[in-house]
Amino acid sequence: MHQSILIFRNYRYLKWALIVVALSVLLYVFHEPGYGTPNGGTWLGYTLGGLGAVLIIWLMWFGIRKRRYGAGGAPVEDWLSAHIYLGLALIIVGTLHTGFQFGWNVHTLAYVLMMVVVLSGVFGLFAYVRVPELMTNNRRGMTLVQMMHEISDLDVECRDAALALGDEINQIVLTASQNTRIGGGVIRQLSGEDPKCATKDANRAIQHLAENAPQEQAEGYRALLGLLARKEELLSRARRDVRYKSLLDIWLYLHVPLSFALLGSLIAHIVAVFFYW
Amino acid sequence: MQERVKIAIVGSGPAGLSAAGRAAVAGVSHVLLEQRDHVSDTIYKYQKGKLVMATPDVLPLRSELTFQIGIREDVLATWEKQIAGLKVNVRFNSEVTGISGEKGDFTLKLSDGTTLNAEYVVFAIGLQGNIRLLGVPGQDREWVQYQLNDPDEYSDETIVVVGAGDAGIENALALTRQNNVVILNRGGEFARIKQGNLTAITTAIEKNQLECIYSAETVQVDDDGIVVKTPQGETKVKCDRIIARLGASPPRKFVESCGITFPNPDPSSLPELSGQYESNVPGLYIIGALAGYPLIKQAMNQGYEVIEYIQGNQLKPADEPLLEQKFANIPGNKSVSEVLALIQESVPLLAGLTTLQLREFLLDSNVHVPRGGDVVFVRNDYTNSFYSIVDGEVNIQIDPEDETKIIALGKGAFFGEMGLLSGRRRTATVMASKPTLLIETPRRSMIKLINSVESVKRVMDEVAVGRQIQTYIAPGIPLPDLQDLIRTVKVEKFDQGSVLFREGEAGDCLYLIQRGSVTVSREVGGKETVISYVAAGNYVGEMALISNAPRSATIRAAVSVEALRLDGIPFQALMARNETVRRTIEARYRGRMLENIESTEQPEAGGIIQFLIEQGLGEATDVLLIDEALCVRCDNCEKACAETHQGTSRLNREAGPTYQTIHVPTSCRHCEHPHCMVDCPPDALRRNANGEVYITDSCIGCGNCERNCPYGVIHMAAKPPKKPGLLQWLLFGRGPGPGQAVSGKWGPDSQKTGGSPKKAVKCDMCKDVLGGPACVRACPTGAALRVEPSEFFKMVSQGL
Repeated sequence: MHQSILIFRNYRYLKWALIVVALSVLLYVFHEPGYGTPNGGTWLGYTLGGLGAVLIIWLMWFGIRKRRYGAGGAPVEDWLSAHIYLGLALIIVGTLHTGFQFGWNVHTLAYVLMMVVVLSGVFGLFAYVRVPELMTNNRRGMTLVQMMHEISDLDVECRDAALALGDEINQIVLTASQNTRIGGGVIRQLSGEDPKCATKDANRAIQHLAENAPQEQAEGYRALLGLLARKEELLSRARRDVRYKSLLDIWLYLHVPLSFALLGSLIAHIVAVFFYW
Repeated sequence: MQERVKIAIVGSGPAGLSAAGRAAVAGVSHVLLEQRDHVSDTIYKYQKGKLVMATPDVLPLRSELTFQIGIREDVLATWEKQIAGLKVNVRFNSEVTGISGEKGDFTLKLSDGTTLNAEYVVFAIGLQGNIRLLGVPGQDREWVQYQLNDPDEYSDETIVVVGAGDAGIENALALTRQNNVVILNRGGEFARIKQGNLTAITTAIEKNQLECIYSAETVQVDDDGIVVKTPQGETKVKCDRIIARLGASPPRKFVESCGITFPNPDPSSLPELSGQYESNVPGLYIIGALAGYPLIKQAMNQGYEVIEYIQGNQLKPADEPLLEQKFANIPGNKSVSEVLALIQESVPLLAGLTTLQLREFLLDSNVHVPRGGDVVFVRNDYTNSFYSIVDGEVNIQIDPEDETKIIALGKGAFFGEMGLLSGRRRTATVMASKPTLLIETPRRSMIKLINSVESVKRVMDEVAVGRQIQTYIAPGIPLPDLQDLIRTVKVEKFDQGSVLFREGEAGDCLYLIQRGSVTVSREVGGKETVISYVAAGNYVGEMALISNAPRSATIRAAVSVEALRLDGIPFQALMARNETVRRTIEARYRGRMLENIESTEQPEAGGIIQFLIEQGLGEATDVLLIDEALCVRCDNCEKACAETHQGTSRLNREAGPTYQTIHVPTSCRHCEHPHCMVDCPPDALRRNANGEVYITDSCIGCGNCERNCPYGVIHMAAKPPKKPGLLQWLLFGRGPGPGQAVSGKWGPDSQKTGGSPKKAVKCDMCKDVLGGPACVRACPTGAALRVEPSEFFKMVSQGL
C-alpha cells in the first residue's frame, strides 16, 4: 500500500549515507598520513572521529525525539529512516577512524560497543521489516486478548465435554487446563512453542484412550478431541504471536543500554585521547 | 371550590422556576406544577457532582433567581432556597394530564384527579418527556430505579436490567464488572441499537458475563424479585435491584392534545410562537427547550419575560444589547428593529419568520460587510455555514480552472447551502463584487430553522435542486433551460444497504447523490463484488441512459443516502440540446467504462472497498488506517495521542477489524454528517474549515455525543494534572515518563486538580499540534496513514 522505511522518500537517507561513506573512503584512500600507518591521530583521523562522535550523539537523540510527541519538524518516520542509514554508515566512518588499529584498550572497547549496537540495530531492522506481516497473518483478525478469551472458553467447554467420559479423562482435561502456559521466560517466548505443552500431551493421551473407548462414548470423545484440537491450534497461534512480539522488542534491550555504554566509553575514549595521549 | 389562579406554570425546570419566581415577586396569583417531588427533574437526574454550565457567557441573566456555573448540587440547593424565600406556590406530584378551555378560563386536569382553573398557562415542560415506568404492580418499590448514575456504586448484587435499548445495554454492561446481571429483552433479539453495543452485549452473553432473558414481559415486582412471563411460562427472577431503562415518551403528543400545532411532522420541529412566546392557542405560552431554547440561561430569561408579557408589560428582550453589538458594523447606524425590518424585507427566505425566530437566528449568526473583491469562502474549505445577502452582490466562481466563469447573486439571494446539504467541502469560491451586507449562519441554527419553518424548507429545497444540477451536471447552463428537468426531480431517501438500482434492470433515470455515498457493484462469478465508491456531489445511472442498455452495475447506499432522482427523458433531451452537457456526461461515461474494466483486473480492490464501507468509511471524511505489513506494534501512535491530548488517547490501535493487511483502528472518522454533533446541548461540537470535528471547552459532559457515535470513538475523561517534563523524568525520575499511562497522583482523579469534571474527548486531528496528526507523525515505520476515503478508494482501485 505505502512504502517501507527502507525505500522511504525514494531512498533519500540512503543517498545521504552513501555520500558520507563515499567521502570518507575517498579521503582515506588518498590521504597520506604524515608518518607511520593511518590512525586516529592524523587530521583525517580527528575528522572521522569527530564525525563519528557527532553521529553517535545524533543517533541517540532519536530516543528523545521519538518521545517528543508534540514536536514539529520532520515526522518520526524521517528520523528513523535517517537513523537506520546513517547508523549503518557509522560502521565505515568508525572503522576508518581506527585506521585498523585495535588493541585491548578503552578505544577498541568503544569501537566494539559501537559495532554491537549497530548490529543489534540491524537485527531490529530485520525484525521490523519481516515480522509485522507474519504477525498479521498469524492473528487472522484476532487480538492476543481475544485469543486468550477463546482459549479459556474452550477450557470450560472441554471440561463440560469431559464430564461424561469418566474420572481419568476428567483428570487429564483438568490438568491440561491448569498447566497450559503461554509465554514464560525469554527463551520460551522467543521459541514460540512449548515442547511440554499440557494441552498437547492431553490431546495425545486422550487420542490413545479413544482408540479403546466403548462404542457409546465414541461421540463424546470425538467432541472432546475436536475441542482440544481447536485449543491446540489457538495455543500455537498465541505462542507464535508472543514470539513475534518478543522479536520486535528483544533487540531494544540490547540496543538501548549498550548505546549508553557506548556513550560512556566514547567519553572515556575522548578524554583519554586528549589528556593522556 | 375549584382552585383558581391567574397563571399556571407547568414544569419546574429553569424556565418554569424563573417564571414562577417573577410571578411571586410581582404578586400575581400563580401555581407551579411539577410532576415529581422535587424541582428541575432533568438537572436533578444529572450525575452526582456534575458541572452545570452557564452558556452563552455573553447573554445577561434576567431572573429573580440566580444562576452561575457550578455543580449540580449547588445549583439545585440555591434554587430551592430562593423559591422558598420568594414564596413561590409550588405543587409537587402534580402531573398535568389535559388542558381545556380558552384564554381567561383554562381548566387543567391533574393526575391526582383534581382540576385547576387558570387564566393563562405557561408550558415549560422541556423535551425530556416522561420516563416510561414498568407499568406493572410494584413499579414504585424503592429498589426499582429508572436511572443509573454511577454503575460502580453497586457491588455483589443481583441486578435485573429491564429494556434492551442502548441505555439498558450500557448500564447492564457497566454493572457486570461488580455484579451479577440479568437483562430482560422483550424481543427475540437485540434490534435498533448501536453496532458497538450489539457486539458488546452478544459477546458478553456468549461469555456468560451476564444472562439475557429473551421475549420477556414483566408481570409484577415482588418483595424479592421480578416476575417475568416468557413463552415457556412465568418465572420469578430473584434480585436485589431492578434498573428499568424503557425510554421516555416525547412531550409532543401531549402538547398537540392541548391544541398547539407544529409546522411539520419532523420530530425535531418546534411549535410556532409569537414574539411574546404565545402559541397558536391564545393564552397558552411556551418557553424553554420546547420553544427551541435548550440552554438554562435562555430559558430563565424567557420565564421572566413571559410573566411580564402576560401582565401586558413591554420590555426589551435580554438579547437586545447583543444584537446591537452584532449590528454595530452595519453602515447607517440603524437601530435593532430597523435592521430586523430591513432583513425581513430584503431576504424572502427569512420573510416568513416570527420576530422571535429571527432574533434567535441572528443571535447565532454573524453579520459581515465585505467590500468589493473580498473573499467570503474558498473552494474546498470545510466550512458549512449558510449565507444570506441582505444587500449588495456576490460572484460565485463555478469553474476552478477559469476564474472568469461566474454566477452573480444579488440582494435577497442565499448561498452556501450545498455544503450544508452534503456535509462536504465547498464546491466554489465566493467573492463580494461590491460593498455587501451578508448574514452568516452556522449549520446547526440553519437546520433548526429548516425544520421549524415550512416556508424556509420549501424555498431551500427548490433552489437547492436547481443549483445542484447546475453545479454537478450542467455547469454554466442557466436555470430556465433546466426547468424541464428540475420539474421531474424527486428527492429519494435510501437506508444504508438498500439498492438504488440493480444490474440488468432497464434504466429510466439517473441519481445525483446529495448526501451520503454509494457503492457500485457488479456480478462477478455469481457474487456481487464492489468495484467502486461514489461520494455525494456525483451522479450514477448515466450509463444506461447514454447507451440505452440495461444497468451495468448495482448501486447500493453505503450509508443513509439522499439522492435526487432525475427523469431519463428530459435528461436525454437536455443532452441532445446541449453540446457541453453531452460532452461532460460522455467523458464521465468513458471513465466509468475504464473503471469497470480495471476492476475486473483488480478483484482484490473490491474486497478492500467493501470491507472499508462496512466499517462506515462511506460517511467518513478523514480516517486513520494502519498498514499492518508495516506496523511494528510499538503503540507510539496511541502514546503520541495521549501525550498531546491531556493523557487520554483518542484512538485504540489494536481494537477494530483488519482486512488483509489494512487495519481500521478505533478512531474518529470525521463523518460528513457527524452523528456526535446531532444533539449537543451547548453546541460544543464544531467542525472547522479543514473538516476536523472537535469539542470546544464549553462541553458540559452530558455524554450525548458518546452515545450517538456509532463508532465508539468518543469517551468521557477527566483532565489529569500536567506531567513533569522529559528531562525531569529522565534525570530525577519525576512522574510518569513520556508515553506512560497516568494514574494516582498524576491521574485524572488527582488531588492536584481536585478531581476535574469528566468531559467528552475525541480526535481533533491535532488541529493545535505542530505539523498535523501526532499519531501519524509519531509512527516510526509509516504504517499509520490518515486519508480521505475517496482518495484512498482511488488508490486502491489503481492497485497502489
